[in-house]
Amino acid sequence: MSTTLTPESQSSGPEEADGPVLDRPIYTDVARTPRRTPAPRVRTGGVTPELVLHLVSAFAGSMALTWLVYERLVPVAGAMGFWLCWYVTFLVMLAAVSATTLDRMSVIDRVVGAVVTTCGLLLVGALVGIVVFTALRGKDALGHWNFYHQTTAFIGPDASLDQGGIYAAMIGTLEQVAISVAVSVPLGIATAVYLSEVRGKLARLVRSVVEAMSAVPTIVAGLFIYSMLILKFGQERSGFAASLALCVSMIPVVTTTAEVVLRLVPGGLREASLALGTTQWQTVRRVVLPTARPGLITAVLLGVARVIGETSPVLLVAGSTSELNYDPMHGPQLSLPLFVFNQMRLPLDEAIQRAFGAAVVLLVLVVFFFAMARILGGRPPGRLSRRQQRRLSGRFAAPTAEGTL
Amino acid sequence: MSIDTLATDQTTHLPVASAPVPAALVAERVSAWFGDHQVLSEVDLVMAAGKVTALIGPSGCGKSTFLRILNRMHELVPGASLAGQVLLDGQDIYDPALRPIESRRRIGMVFQKANPFPTMSIYDNVLSGLALTGRKGRRATSEHDELVERSLRRAGLWDEVKTRLGTPGASLSGGQQQRLCIARALAVQPDVLLMDEPCSALDPTSTRRVEETIREVAGEVTVVIVTHNMQQAHRVSDHCAFFLAAEGQPGHIVEQGPTEAIFERPQDQRTNDYVNGRFG
Repeated sequence: MSTTLTPESQSSGPEEADGPVLDRPIYTDVARTPRRTPAPRVRTGGVTPELVLHLVSAFAGSMALTWLVYERLVPVAGAMGFWLCWYVTFLVMLAAVSATTLDRMSVIDRVVGAVVTTCGLLLVGALVGIVVFTALRGKDALGHWNFYHQTTAFIGPDASLDQGGIYAAMIGTLEQVAISVAVSVPLGIATAVYLSEVRGKLARLVRSVVEAMSAVPTIVAGLFIYSMLILKFGQERSGFAASLALCVSMIPVVTTTAEVVLRLVPGGLREASLALGTTQWQTVRRVVLPTARPGLITAVLLGVARVIGETSPVLLVAGSTSELNYDPMHGPQLSLPLFVFNQMRLPLDEAIQRAFGAAVVLLVLVVFFFAMARILGGRPPGRLSRRQQRRLSGRFAAPTAEGTL
Repeated sequence: MSIDTLATDQTTHLPVASAPVPAALVAERVSAWFGDHQVLSEVDLVMAAGKVTALIGPSGCGKSTFLRILNRMHELVPGASLAGQVLLDGQDIYDPALRPIESRRRIGMVFQKANPFPTMSIYDNVLSGLALTGRKGRRATSEHDELVERSLRRAGLWDEVKTRLGTPGASLSGGQQQRLCIARALAVQPDVLLMDEPCSALDPTSTRRVEETIREVAGEVTVVIVTHNMQQAHRVSDHCAFFLAAEGQPGHIVEQGPTEAIFERPQDQRTNDYVNGRFG
């Protein structure tokens, strides 16, 4: 209870209280009473011995039963079937064992919990499997230094791994993704601002178009750029054309994510800004976009993640080469997915190892981008810059302390 | 733009510290709708210059809608419309020749939920009104520092935050955030300050600080406050207007007058019941 009881609330009386009526408060100020040994902390939730027992017994029982049926009684074989049968038996047994101590609802709760946990583990397992498998297959190629700064332009397909590399492909991927980001991010965020802030008459139509765009297969995007830019306007195949094809996939991802993020900005902030007498553009630029910045970075990341591994649109419009080409505007340009695709088709061990090596580099690149964006975008908001802080602390002769938080 | 004109721009556009003139706000025959649903009907109210006017009444009687009409926030709600006039110093703020942002600059607002800008420091929050309306200028000046200090002092927050002006506004407690919002609204030197239940989420101590602030700025600024707290209305206001809406009917003012009269000698039985806590 607060110490500032008003007369009204005192008079509205102790007779309404459920507990015993006290004529004066009980003194429980911890700071002033003598020290006692602290009460032990209560364990809540977590794994109980009973749960472990149930899981282990269900696991052992289902294993034994499935083995008996599968290996001894029924004349079928196969690892897939074995594990499926085991899992179903396990769930049934877990339910049965749990039913000895729990009621029906708790049994269902435990079984569903087991199923959900399994799904999560399967997904993580699959992901780890892909990464580990790729890394293992590519490790021979990755071990050679030349892999990172040479190209496969002047070597034969059967050259050993200490010749040739993915330098041209890395340059191509970096340039093409950079151009796609430079085109898609302003367009996508501007569209999102239109959809969530301006809310013009066309908003519904634009939203439908964007949604339809995100469903366009990437090969169709590639065909579109191919027929427009290359057939119609007579441009040569180039990294720039590939970037445009990637934009078709990237813009809807950036737009839809950015719109969701902008809608999460509390309406109270917009009203606060408008009530100060600002224009809508100032409100968007100084309040809405900065507030949504971490989410907007996620939007950009999702867009990059969507296109960095795209092969099919690039295949159509980037042209075919294995030479190094720094100029994205002219001439065919290689990229990492394209390199993987080309090498994978060759029936040679070295080529396939190069393909996996390039795939690992692609994975590392994605992780690197994500980490960079998180670091750049994760600066805690709302602080003055160092220069402003210095100026203020000089003026008011008091530290604008970082440590007060 | 040259350096010189920039400098003069700053000095002319920065709000002047001395002699702010409070302005009377007069609502004439104000009605409001959300779509086809009428929520206010024919409200006439004079909010005297430099005085505190409290709008009281049960929930859903249109007080907040009326308040939002006073600085053109009502029209931001899709489907909202209104009729009537709101005169600020004799000029209708709904005059088509006047842009909404000009009215909103002269009529500030503090909301029910404290909403400091989360991406700005305490310092920048106070100055955000100037920055957002393009009156701040590029360079930080000592005038800005003085304005920040003066605004925070008027809002009764200065002593608590003077050592950490560079930290985010969102790091303050709820009561401090609300006073920061008041400082932000005062920094643009408005003629009128509208407050929409500013203390409904605050503890008694913070409420007292906000009420002290209201009493201090009254005289320099015309204050209009919506509150559900009868004691608060009694404590802070000079005038009171009692809003009521019958079942399915738009809200209207039942009774208005000096606060003492409304609380001590209400003419209408419903006002009497409401201010004495017998319903609502």
